[in-house]
Amino acid sequence: MDNNLLIKTNRRIVKDSIMKWLFGTASFLLIVLIAFLFYGIGADGVGRLNLSLFTNFGSRFPEQAGLKAALVGTLSLMAVVIPVSMFIGICSAIYLEEYAVKNKWTAFIEMNISNLAGVPSVVFGLLGLTVFSRALFLGNSILAAGLTMSVLILPIIIVASQEAIRSVPDNLREASYGMGATKWQTITQVIMPSSIGSILTGSILSFSRAIGETAPLIVLGIPVIIQFLPTGPLSTFTALPMQIYDWAKRPQPEFADVASAGIIVLLVILVTMNAFAIYFRNKAMKKLQN
Amino acid sequence: MSSIQPSEKMRTRDVIAAAKKRERFGKLVPHILLVVTSLTVLATLGIVYTLLKETFIFFTHINVSDFVFGTEWAPFSNGSPAFGVLPLLIGTLKIALVALLIAVPVGLACAIFLSEYASPKVKKIIKPIIELLAGIPTIVYGFFALTFVTPFLQTLIPSLKLFNALSAGIVVGIMILPMIVSLSEDALSAVPATFREGAYALGSTRFETAIKVVIPAAVSGIASSIILAASRAVGETMIVSLAAGSTPAFNLDLTGSIQTMTSYIVQVATGDAGYGTTIYYSIYAVGFMLFLFTFLMNRTALYVKTKFREDY
Repeated sequence: MDNNLLIKTNRRIVKDSIMKWLFGTASFLLIVLIAFLFYGIGADGVGRLNLSLFTNFGSRFPEQAGLKAALVGTLSLMAVVIPVSMFIGICSAIYLEEYAVKNKWTAFIEMNISNLAGVPSVVFGLLGLTVFSRALFLGNSILAAGLTMSVLILPIIIVASQEAIRSVPDNLREASYGMGATKWQTITQVIMPSSIGSILTGSILSFSRAIGETAPLIVLGIPVIIQFLPTGPLSTFTALPMQIYDWAKRPQPEFADVASAGIIVLLVILVTMNAFAIYFRNKAMKKLQN
Repeated sequence: MSSIQPSEKMRTRDVIAAAKKRERFGKLVPHILLVVTSLTVLATLGIVYTLLKETFIFFTHINVSDFVFGTEWAPFSNGSPAFGVLPLLIGTLKIALVALLIAVPVGLACAIFLSEYASPKVKKIIKPIIELLAGIPTIVYGFFALTFVTPFLQTLIPSLKLFNALSAGIVVGIMILPMIVSLSEDALSAVPATFREGAYALGSTRFETAIKVVIPAAVSGIASSIILAASRAVGETMIVSLAAGSTPAFNLDLTGSIQTMTSYIVQVATGDAGYGTTIYYSIYAVGFMLFLFTFLMNRTALYVKTKFREDY
């Protein structure tokens, strides 16, 4: 009897450690995968990372192809996306957290935001094509693409800002009211300063999503080979992911290397933005702790 | 002293006037904010309205039943264009199934490891890597599928085509992995420690505790994470456009080129189908279907999460 129990228990313990290794291997697999991805793209693209990549326009010839128009285009796109999405996003978050009464309309707005977050990006492209490009005659301009991208990232900014505003302790609000401040003064001078760090973190992460998003730009018909820089918000442009998409599609292996180089540039931009986001997050955490 | 008094009176009056102004402004603020907030509702209405309107026009060109039940999708055929959506649905399904076959076992294993086995130190290393994986744009994954995964798989399966459902599906699986890991890990971590302690006190191993106590308690969160990830796989565009090809196929073959709902929209958008043609309207019909599917899946995920949640 006793011996039997011992064997059974031993078996259970062995099973436990086998499963631990199995689960651990699955997690380790993720690390290997990401290392492989970065190594593969890095090894192919690093040879093409030279000055001409940044000073040349797109080209039919892989050795002359560059990112100049795409980089300026992505920057111009963000010049529309950042103010538009942050203004609407923060206003919505302030309304929902500080003003909204719990009624059906508020519940509807909240449900609506969570639905919007789940819509595939290519469908946002169809919205942009119909409303911004055609109905508002913005064509495939920076403004049309910027507004489309703003709608796409709006749910992320709103939810992040709502969480940031919610995490401001109530005694700060009460102290402000106690000193005779109005609600709006409390919002602008107490709540905003203490939540802006977390709001920036969420916003920066959503901007990096907008920088890498390709499908809506394709649906809007953003061109790829462009030999001039955009002159204003209504100008045609191209963007970094569009350029990479075009290079990745071409059959010549030389273009695969250029695409890898483009991806390295894109990933460096995104990693830098993430670093800023983490910096703001840590700063915000420290502020709340004090 | 007397020379100061008038200016002090002025100041009081100013202060009162300013306070009144602030009050008026304060009353106006919520209305302005409500208008701005309602823009998000306008966005959803815009999506539904444009999709419905153009889909409606599409159905004046093509029979609804021909679209929903048709097994041939050949919009660019000169002689007899066909708009049967089933091949696109099958293609989308293939991608989603392969992706889930990869992402669910690996993702759950990883989530269980993180919440039940890993030390805080290991957790601190793995979690940022998963976040990093989640932040990579899908165009990068698509390129990865086309230039690394497909050639590698071709050494294992020589009959594999350059554009195929298998490698795109696997990479979509990698893309949705972080979502399953972090949402399931949240659900597992939310199970109170007392549950685990009770199981340990009864002599369970960690594996038995995980399988028989923690997972059953977190099953609503885990199920909802899988449904959300499936919805993401259905809506994924760039990986399939780059790696899965653009040949609508009404079969169950994974080694050949296919077309999904999303990659059809991309194919039409990159070509030059003129405004007002049947092909132009067809991308809205396909987009509407895509919207409907993902919407229903997201709602189901939310329903599962809230309806079957156990409150501790």
